[in-house]
Amino acid sequence: MKKIFTRPESLNDIPFHYCPGCTHGIAHRLVAEVIDEMDIYERALGIAPVGCSVFIFNYLNIDMYQAAHGRAPAVGTGVKRVLPDRLVFTYQGDGDAAAIGTGELVHAAARGEKITVIFINNAIYAMTGGQMAPTTLLGQKTTTTPYGRDKDVNGLPVKVCEMLAPLDGTAYLARVSLHNPKHIAMAKKAIRKAFDVQMRGDGFTLVEILSACPTNWGLSPLEALKWLEENMISYYPLGEYKTPAEEVQL
Amino acid sequence: MAKVLMKGNEALGEGAVRAGCRYFFGYPITPQSELPHYLAKRMPQVGGVYLQSESETAAANMVYGAAGAGARVMTSSSGPGITLMQEGLSYLAGAELPCVVVNMIRGGPGLGNIAPAQSDYLQAVKGGGHGDYRLIVLAPASVQEIIDLMQDAFDLADKYRNPVMLLADGILGQMMEPVELSEEVLVQAPEKAWAATGRKKGGPRRLINSLYIVPEECEKHNIELAQKYAVIAKEEQRWEEYQLDNAKLVIVAFGTCARICKAVVDRARQEGLAVGLIRPISVWPFPNDVFARVRETAEQFLSVEMNMGQMVEDVRLAVEGRKPVHFYGRVGGMIPVARDVLAEVKKLYNGGAV
Amino acid sequence: MAQITFREDRCKGCKLCTAVCPKQLIKMAGHINVMGFHPATVEEPEKCTGCALCARMCPDLVIEVAKEEKKVG
Repeated sequence: MKKIFTRPESLNDIPFHYCPGCTHGIAHRLVAEVIDEMDIYERALGIAPVGCSVFIFNYLNIDMYQAAHGRAPAVGTGVKRVLPDRLVFTYQGDGDAAAIGTGELVHAAARGEKITVIFINNAIYAMTGGQMAPTTLLGQKTTTTPYGRDKDVNGLPVKVCEMLAPLDGTAYLARVSLHNPKHIAMAKKAIRKAFDVQMRGDGFTLVEILSACPTNWGLSPLEALKWLEENMISYYPLGEYKTPAEEVQL
Repeated sequence: MAKVLMKGNEALGEGAVRAGCRYFFGYPITPQSELPHYLAKRMPQVGGVYLQSESETAAANMVYGAAGAGARVMTSSSGPGITLMQEGLSYLAGAELPCVVVNMIRGGPGLGNIAPAQSDYLQAVKGGGHGDYRLIVLAPASVQEIIDLMQDAFDLADKYRNPVMLLADGILGQMMEPVELSEEVLVQAPEKAWAATGRKKGGPRRLINSLYIVPEECEKHNIELAQKYAVIAKEEQRWEEYQLDNAKLVIVAFGTCARICKAVVDRARQEGLAVGLIRPISVWPFPNDVFARVRETAEQFLSVEMNMGQMVEDVRLAVEGRKPVHFYGRVGGMIPVARDVLAEVKKLYNGGAV
Repeated sequence: MAQITFREDRCKGCKLCTAVCPKQLIKMAGHINVMGFHPATVEEPEKCTGCALCARMCPDLVIEVAKEEKKVG
């Protein structure tokens, strides 16, 4: 018997604390699988955010840094400037990357900082109790938009990939989704490509991963994936928003 | 050894480089910008990195990353920017990361002005960031001392795995004085087993972190930090005594103020007044040891500062109510002049009468 | 011939796996596990082709899939 699917080595064998149907578990696993496949475990350095995935350092068994809310790209900058041959990546949610840390994110991208940002977009602030995020869709009900997000009060949702694409320092930007196995496979490819582009030294890379939050969306896990597919993808189109001039040879 | 004329701001940079610092992240702000200018030139010369960050908030976090990666790293700013760094300083202290932060104090609060002041003392020593932590805080009073204290600062930071702040004022940053520089010695930054540089298979996992979600663990961590601070408080007090023997009135001043007050002590002594000076060089840990001795023999204390009364609170604590403690200060860039301080000294010396 | 195993104590009953099995083999068990969820399970394992889509969909690494090595010739 040959194992077709098993736990990646870079992922600790402990239960995830995430809610049933939360796609953080899938995203964590994809990052670990890519680290294993690149055989880059000893050079991988991850930077954890503030949010539900604040404990990602319990799950990935590489050396890691806990960063202040939103500051991971700045922490990553410090790390990468001292250790330029390492694979340095951050793992951040909507608050971290699209709100409090947007300054650090934009400037790391503008500088072409050779780090990778894994950006988990689930259109809400989950950890703190389901408040509106900059990525919350118009009309979406959250604990701070109980009547639905109103354009006149809160403006329109922020599209991170589109916002960063014009910056010359960006080398690879992609938006992917986790709502079914086909897209999960594409998400993994994007993460691998982002890491490869980083190690080649091209510049800043980011993978925006459309994710589900069943608990704070008030939906069952299966309903949540359906909601993602039917509502998020039309506003946040999937695809590569920046590709390197020379494709990476795998 | 030849003497070199150096500007205070530049001496901060040169002192850092000689202490093995190879990474600077910072944002321009008056009155310290000559320091980043100097390091922008000097760091590439020694194979280091000068990176201008987009904000002071980002700079403090870049320092966090570089320190966690095992490097000797520094940043610098002035009041408004140091305030932005408070988040980072709390995280740096909580994660036990070594680094050096320079505050070239200017007038405040808010935007204040760009003139010299000492009004960030309480922010530095009582912790401007959240939580139970301390910074080691050193206050040079000459350009030579800047060079010497920068070496101390990096050594202390690594020895105790704690951020160290250098408090200076805009006068010190701008003044030029002759400095003796030792033969350039490339200081090898110490090896740090705890630095997160990439986990070897089968080796220990390193985590740079200040999160302790379980209350028992958070308390344990805080107790360990407090024990560290207790050791520092005992072992690392630094101060200078000037004409302290038999002094009845003791002036307490730090930084540039202390230089002015030395002139006041000289003039007072010429007029037959038994006046002396304690110059704290470490303001955290406060040099309580010398006060424990002098509060028995002196009759009163006068804290002279460029603020509305900050270090005087620590003087009162150190004197433990045994003798009166007075304050004289100027703020907003106004400098206490020797003539006025002397008048205050005489007034107090003569029991309040002019 | 494929072998599929479920780590019952890790299953949170999210049912994402049930939606992706091309043969609709995955069902939620009648009993509850130590966490209080109805764990996913396969009642007719002989029908499993080992495609592992369920394993890749599972956020909690509940499912392991193995397949017999194909013999050449």
